[in-house]
Amino acid sequence: MSYEWDWDAVRDSLPLLWHGFLTTLLATVLGTAVAAVLGLLVAVAGRVPTRLVTVPVRAVTEFVRSTPLLVQLVGAYAVFNTVDPLTIGVAVLGIHYASYLSEVYRAGIDAVPKGQWEACRALSMSPRRTWQAVILPQAVRKVLPALGNYGISMFKETPFLAVITVQEMVAKAREYGADHFTYAETFTLAGLFFLAASYPTSLLMRKLEKRLGH
Amino acid sequence: MADFYSYFFDHMSAVWSGLLVTVEATVLGSVVALALSFVFGFAAGSRLPLARGVSRVVVEFLRGTSLYVQLFWLYYAFPLLAGYELSPLFCGVVALGMNYGAYGSEVVRGALNAVPKAQWEAAVALNMTPLQRMRRVILPQAWVQMIPSFTNLLIQLLKCTPLLWLISAADLTTVVQQMRDRTGATTWAYLTLLVIYFVLAYALTLLMNALERHAKSRLGLRTDRRSLLRRRGAGPAREPETAGGPS
Repeated sequence: MSYEWDWDAVRDSLPLLWHGFLTTLLATVLGTAVAAVLGLLVAVAGRVPTRLVTVPVRAVTEFVRSTPLLVQLVGAYAVFNTVDPLTIGVAVLGIHYASYLSEVYRAGIDAVPKGQWEACRALSMSPRRTWQAVILPQAVRKVLPALGNYGISMFKETPFLAVITVQEMVAKAREYGADHFTYAETFTLAGLFFLAASYPTSLLMRKLEKRLGH
Repeated sequence: MADFYSYFFDHMSAVWSGLLVTVEATVLGSVVALALSFVFGFAAGSRLPLARGVSRVVVEFLRGTSLYVQLFWLYYAFPLLAGYELSPLFCGVVALGMNYGAYGSEVVRGALNAVPKAQWEAAVALNMTPLQRMRRVILPQAWVQMIPSFTNLLIQLLKCTPLLWLISAADLTTVVQQMRDRTGATTWAYLTLLVIYFVLAYALTLLMNALERHAKSRLGLRTDRRSLLRRRGAGPAREPETAGGPS
């Protein structure tokens, strides 16, 4: 049985998908921002010299990063049922990826030479100033390419938000496909959208990685 | 809380059958992924430009188009194009296998490249056939390097199996969701579900640690017994997005 490819459906669904694509992009950018900030906080909290802080922080990040994003999303949506779905989506994506990124930051912080810490002590800098002026600027620079790569990963996982009724691209593709029975066209188109956005970005990240001397 | 758990333990057989589907999808998906990892990984390191090119294109395509879309495409679009339907579990296994196989191929390629050049040369100097060289010299060393990355990918794959719920396979997530609907105990249902996945992930980590220890001992490297209980490596959960991009 041969299938008749419906170019009209491709043309008709394009504006709809584009609209959804913008939502996907928005969720990714906000989610990455949340993950970048939260991940940094978690990494710094992991260096606090008391186990009262480090042990619970590590346990929570380990739990978050070992459990499925989809279940976290659906669970958060069901529990906080009065909050707007996009907000929940961004928060859960942000928290989930923060658990990965905290490890990346941690590695970045560990890579700052010991002499830098000692020099700060010798200059009797406050801990706050040590982090702000010396350690973080060096650590974050090393972390940037990895942050970008996780952003791309997150981008490809934002379709999960469709499950909690966020109108992103795949939700639109599914809706249009169901109405017109053109799943083949709309899902293929959605896949190509992802490829067209994520592949150039990952090439860019690679360039950045090279420039920052990895 | 008590309501939910009495319901949960009264319907353990449903939980087991859901767990079975989830484990099945994970195991079969990772077998497919492992096979594809080696196929694409070897092709990427091949001397034939055609093999390298095909592997590159396929891998970038599979990594670039999002697992979620691939799964939905297989489940909704493929039957339209091909004229016959696939079972949800089969769709899941194929989609998970292909997607993680693409990520895994970078692991294989990287590990093969990481085996010191002198080892390849020595094997050639000893007049080994290409097959012997791979089987006796290169792979045992590369395999040890691959295991930690494969562990991370395996956990990622496990964490994507709840997608099966969306294409109506009766996996663990589906079963616990149904229990939540019956009992109305939202928080406890989802917490329980998360804890089960966490336990599964930890069990897989222990298994992979044991495998790593075995692989290392074959190379004459000793590992501490306590390291069998350690958590996953601190490295990134996924390999860099374009490990093999144009250079």
